[in-house]
Amino acid sequence: MKIILEIQRFNPKKNQFPYFQRYEIGAEPNDRLLDVLMRLQRTVDPTLGLRKSCAHGICGSDAMVIDGHERLACKTLVKEVASGDGAVVRIEPLRTMPVQRDLMVDQGSFFAHYRKVKPYLINSEEVREKERLQSPEERARFDDATKCILCAACYSACPVRQKTNAAYIGPAAIVQASRFIEDGRDRGFEERLPDLDFSDGVWPCVNFFECTRVCPRSIKVTYLINLTKRRITDYRKPKGDNSRAKPG
Amino acid sequence: MIHEFDVVVVGAGGAGLYCALEAGRKARTAVISKLYPVRSHTGAAQGGIGAALGNVEEDRAEWHAFDTVKGGDYLADQKAATLLADEAIGAVYHLENLGLPFNRTPDGRIDQRRFGGHTRNFGEAPVRRACYAADRTGHMILQTLFQQCIKHDVAFHDEFQLVDVFIENNRCSGLAAVELATGDLHVFRAKAVLLATGGFGRLFRITSNAYANTGDGPAVLARRGVPLEDMEFFQFHPTGIRGLGILITEAVRGEGGVLRNRNGERFMEKYAPGLLDLAPRDMISRAILTEIGEGRGVKGDRSADDYVLLDASHLGKDVIAAKLPEISDFCRTYLGIDPAAEPIPVQPTAHYAMGGIPTDDRGRVAVDDKGTIIEGLYAAGECACVSVHGANRLGTNSLVDLVVFGRRAGLDISGYVGQAGLPDLPRDLVDKGLEPIARLRERTGGPAPEPLREKMQDLMMQKVGIFRRGKDMAEAVGEIEELRGHYREIGLLDRGREFNTSLLEILELGNLLDLAYLTACSALRRRESRGAHAREDFPGRDDAAWLKHSLARLDGDRVEIGDKHVDISIWPPKPRKY
Repeated sequence: MKIILEIQRFNPKKNQFPYFQRYEIGAEPNDRLLDVLMRLQRTVDPTLGLRKSCAHGICGSDAMVIDGHERLACKTLVKEVASGDGAVVRIEPLRTMPVQRDLMVDQGSFFAHYRKVKPYLINSEEVREKERLQSPEERARFDDATKCILCAACYSACPVRQKTNAAYIGPAAIVQASRFIEDGRDRGFEERLPDLDFSDGVWPCVNFFECTRVCPRSIKVTYLINLTKRRITDYRKPKGDNSRAKPG
Repeated sequence: MIHEFDVVVVGAGGAGLYCALEAGRKARTAVISKLYPVRSHTGAAQGGIGAALGNVEEDRAEWHAFDTVKGGDYLADQKAATLLADEAIGAVYHLENLGLPFNRTPDGRIDQRRFGGHTRNFGEAPVRRACYAADRTGHMILQTLFQQCIKHDVAFHDEFQLVDVFIENNRCSGLAAVELATGDLHVFRAKAVLLATGGFGRLFRITSNAYANTGDGPAVLARRGVPLEDMEFFQFHPTGIRGLGILITEAVRGEGGVLRNRNGERFMEKYAPGLLDLAPRDMISRAILTEIGEGRGVKGDRSADDYVLLDASHLGKDVIAAKLPEISDFCRTYLGIDPAAEPIPVQPTAHYAMGGIPTDDRGRVAVDDKGTIIEGLYAAGECACVSVHGANRLGTNSLVDLVVFGRRAGLDISGYVGQAGLPDLPRDLVDKGLEPIARLRERTGGPAPEPLREKMQDLMMQKVGIFRRGKDMAEAVGEIEELRGHYREIGLLDRGREFNTSLLEILELGNLLDLAYLTACSALRRRESRGAHAREDFPGRDDAAWLKHSLARLDGDRVEIGDKHVDISIWPPKPRKY
């Protein structure tokens, strides 16, 4: 069948404003949308800018806004977004990050926020030539967060980042912090606290659940944000400190 | 723009990051990658990393080494394979200590499962050797290593595409790369360069490999006169999702999944009565094609898109959820099926290059049979050929390879740059290296790249694929020569400088065409069947004539192929039966 791709184009060097370009292109219902975009770029319009790599949802390169929702183009089949001949699919770059060219955005702030939460195991106790022990139950506690591929879909979809607080560190960084906070082997909670417990840290989240809805890895993102908030308030309770336990 | 570092690592997958962590302790180190670091294809590895921890049953590194050698049809260098198996154990513990979330046994240790070709006591029965983090082990290794790079402040140059490596008088002095964001050419002058650019499965139409797997490192070196080793050995993984080639991990069979033909027969009983569905990948891929060729594929029409079934429905929902969740997700997304309820339609998919840049066991690039090295030049991971995989790699050994040899290369580099000076950049080499891009930018018109790519992928699939014949391969060589000729006329249609992904795609196609040429020529020359190289016109293994590595040197439009000895000092070659 033939479908219409309506793609947002923007080259900051050439265009003053973004605009939409329509392309008619052949597609099979079971094609990945990424396959169609690559065919378009390779055979119709080589100037179309987009990122891609693994093409099966594990590298996180091709998150974009498809018909208004953040998705990975390689995990979106044509039949999910186009009902038949002449169906229109609208494709835009991720939000809340500057566009570099067409569907490519500058992920600098996303990775900076990620790095800020010290996303690595903090534990200086010595282990010699063996593993640290961890029960399957302890391991299961942070399993969900380990699925994150840093695709930035949640960072783009977050209404708080879009409308009220562009400095908010965003859902993915908190998921990554949670991955270590909930890992019994980690000793870094207090070290990470200043990067989570402040006005642009965990507190701007007011449970819109958009992050959870768009996550291509089905991570319970909002749950993990709330869990992290709870860890912080629980930590402070014995100290009688609830100064910043509320949003804002 | 000229940058100066002690060490430049090309590629930010497992081997590159491990090397950068080791080398970066003492030396000024930069990582350049054409992707962002966590986008590299190490992240797509699924089932596990093999190490004889013996956590769930008796196991020994020596057995792991033997399995690796036998799995590789005796073309692996045996001391190197022993090193691989010995150091795998420490490497897995080290990764755990860095935070890698392995699945656990009830008593809290790293859990292990079965994988193809891994046995106890030199082939007696399958052994549980693969350490795993669900079925996203590679993802977790990549994440863990990147996390450590953040902790240790490793410097990254993201989205820089390798264009050339400067080599003169067997000394490497640096490299050239083009920056995606600006289109600018950068020169990196360095005491040591490590190439860890990964595989090149994009040679083939159906592949489990990423778009990025275009063999940039080996191709650049080949054009600079470095011979490539064992290029005729390319592994097809037996279970790719039909049509798409997306990998369905061998762990499905490790956990008890079974392959069946259209009659519901467990056909591996015929081909490998001992290990059955856990036989090595090359044997299972051939078995599947044989079933299809004899009309027992599911469609039954013997066509190229016929397939067989991988049945995991008897494992139950809980096992699949806990141990194979990603596979479950792929099946839902791409096939609309639940593997706990229905079998998965699969066909072989081009997966892994056993061959590549010849190195010694310290990652140093060695250009001939005498072990002559290029000073300051290193390679590790899939782009390198130590050789530990021989003619066919065992499952889980790719992850072992990249952590063991990424680390070993990093350690050697660390020592080397301590005593070496910063080499001079030969000006004429630099100019020559930058020329091709300038030419590409000047040319308009010319042939479109896409038909060349499709032609190459189809003919590699059909003529240099799982079963090979001299006549087909000779044709393939001729056709690739033609394609390489057309390629030289390609012009750049996207004239923009910034974020010009078209430019990168054209450079990648050039790399693939050179590697296709070396692969087809090497395959045509080897007149025997060994591991993944299966010739219908020479069906037997011929140790007397062919128990040797090949070294293929690209000289403009010609390929010269020489030999390199195989280390068989521990286990004398025997027929390979499972």
